[in-house]
Amino acid sequence: MASFAIETENLGRIYKIRGSKKEKKIRKELVALQEVNLQIEQGELFGLLGPNGAGKTTLIKVLVTLLAPTSGRARVAGFDVVDQPQLIRPRINMVSGGESSGYGLLTVRENLWMFSQFYGLSSKEANRRIEELLTMVGIADRIHTKSSDLSTGLRQKMNIVRGFLTDPEVLFLDEPTLGLDVGASRDVRRFIRQWLEEDGSRTLLLTTHYMVEADELCDRVAIINQGRVLACDKPSVLKQRLQRDAIFEIETSPLNGLSAEALESLPEVRKASLSETDSGAKLDLILVEEAALAGVINILTQKNIRILKFSKREPTLEDVFVDLVGRSMEEVETVGKDE
Amino acid sequence: MSSSSSLAQHPGKVTGWRLFLKTIIARAYPRVIGQQRDTSWMLFDMLMPMGGVIAYVLVYRAIGAPEEYVGFVVMGGAMTAFWLNILWSMSSQLYWEKETGNLALYIMSPNSMMAVLLGMALGGMLASTLRALVVTILGSLIFHVQYEVVSFLQLFTVFLLAMIALYGMGMMLASLFLLLGREAWHMANLAQEPIYLVSGFYFPIKSFPFWVAAAASIIPLTLGMDAMRQLVFPSSFSLGFLTVSTEIGILLGLSAAFIVAAKLLLAYMEKLAIREGRLTEARR
Repeated sequence: MASFAIETENLGRIYKIRGSKKEKKIRKELVALQEVNLQIEQGELFGLLGPNGAGKTTLIKVLVTLLAPTSGRARVAGFDVVDQPQLIRPRINMVSGGESSGYGLLTVRENLWMFSQFYGLSSKEANRRIEELLTMVGIADRIHTKSSDLSTGLRQKMNIVRGFLTDPEVLFLDEPTLGLDVGASRDVRRFIRQWLEEDGSRTLLLTTHYMVEADELCDRVAIINQGRVLACDKPSVLKQRLQRDAIFEIETSPLNGLSAEALESLPEVRKASLSETDSGAKLDLILVEEAALAGVINILTQKNIRILKFSKREPTLEDVFVDLVGRSMEEVETVGKDE
Repeated sequence: MSSSSSLAQHPGKVTGWRLFLKTIIARAYPRVIGQQRDTSWMLFDMLMPMGGVIAYVLVYRAIGAPEEYVGFVVMGGAMTAFWLNILWSMSSQLYWEKETGNLALYIMSPNSMMAVLLGMALGGMLASTLRALVVTILGSLIFHVQYEVVSFLQLFTVFLLAMIALYGMGMMLASLFLLLGREAWHMANLAQEPIYLVSGFYFPIKSFPFWVAAAASIIPLTLGMDAMRQLVFPSSFSLGFLTVSTEIGILLGLSAAFIVAAKLLLAYMEKLAIREGRLTEARR
């Protein structure tokens, strides 16, 4: 068996999409993944960080044997996803954020028991683990509640228990905290960490578009955009690449037509990202030298833009993303929607 | 969340035929338990077919049709539960499972999809049998239907074979409907009423020209009902389409053919769906 829990070599996936009714015969191609090369060690908590539509879910679908790659290869637990799916499936599980799996008429315990049977657990063992895991995620008191009566957060906790119930060698969590409130997200993250710490052979691949989640949880992170892995390393190492730069966050009144390009044309301004806020706008600046700030302030003054709040801060994964892609994750998602 | 408890490591998991059986039972469970918790079936699968039965009986009595026809109608009304179950809870089921995200979980677990389909079939069969029984009992009591069973063994064999063939067909259609997407709903709707007509739910199919009745026999309920009617209403032997033994033979063939076809189609559709990316719900 290979030493990597997950390994991909030049992995690619192209979707063929039918045109509209008038263009039925015309098939468009959508490149979801291109030349993805990843090596994830056993015991690692690996994060895939990228905006919606970046290819994270497609990559997970390929790795859990639900989708065939159109090029390259992928191995999970040492087995090929195309040629040996039957050897991979007993060793993995997956939970997706916002999923509505299971049956609303069944209780939490019944739903979890049903899924455990598909993996061959004895009913006695399944029920013991269901109680144990529900206690760990804090919803033991809902064991006899019909899943249709659960709130979004509680339902997601039930889904998370489903994923962990079969004690997989490799677990895939696709946006596990999507739609959860702050407290529930924190609970889920703590539980994930605890599960991994209990056994060094467990591997977890997590996709998220929450920077803080990736930063807080993951041993290593791959930043992915438009199907390509742009960088892959420990969060601290990724952030180090910006350590020499000066990063500023400026809240201002409305921007009066000021563009990111105008700011980036200034000397020593590496990247500028603008986003609208309730009170006006927010500028995220990556400067090669702090002295470049004078030029930025000068432009703001010329455009009658008032500075409401100003701070210098340590680099985050968001800054790394902006540095790699040229736009913030929010901007990428907005542009993607518009397109 | 508590940090003190720990997870057991690598609990004993069964594989092979034991996993196959566990999967069947687990997937049948929601159907059986669902019937107890959602009682809307009493309206849709019991009172509505009873309405149809009453209408046909009144017409048959008004025109002075042979009294066996009343029994035919009651039996046909009872068997509609199975056909509705095949259309809405078997054929279109994998499509709904895909939309809720269950299908992806079924496929990526180590069980066999045939076991999942068999579980759906078993659960559906058990639930529908109860519904059919209720309609039979109510219809028989209201219209004083007299039964005279020629052979319980043959009757049981015919019913069992009709069910195996019918649910085998449902399993096969489930694979096909998987690729139809939203059109699956329309297909099921389209197939509902015409089958009531051509399968002879409310009259003997011998009334049709031979080739129409023969073509309708591809639906296992057609021959199943025809044989059962001959076995419980001996005076109606002359109204039977084929002899009971011939119908048993054909049902046996249909059972084998549909189950083999279901297995092959399922494997093919799964491969195709994995290649084309059709196994997960549209929003993901």
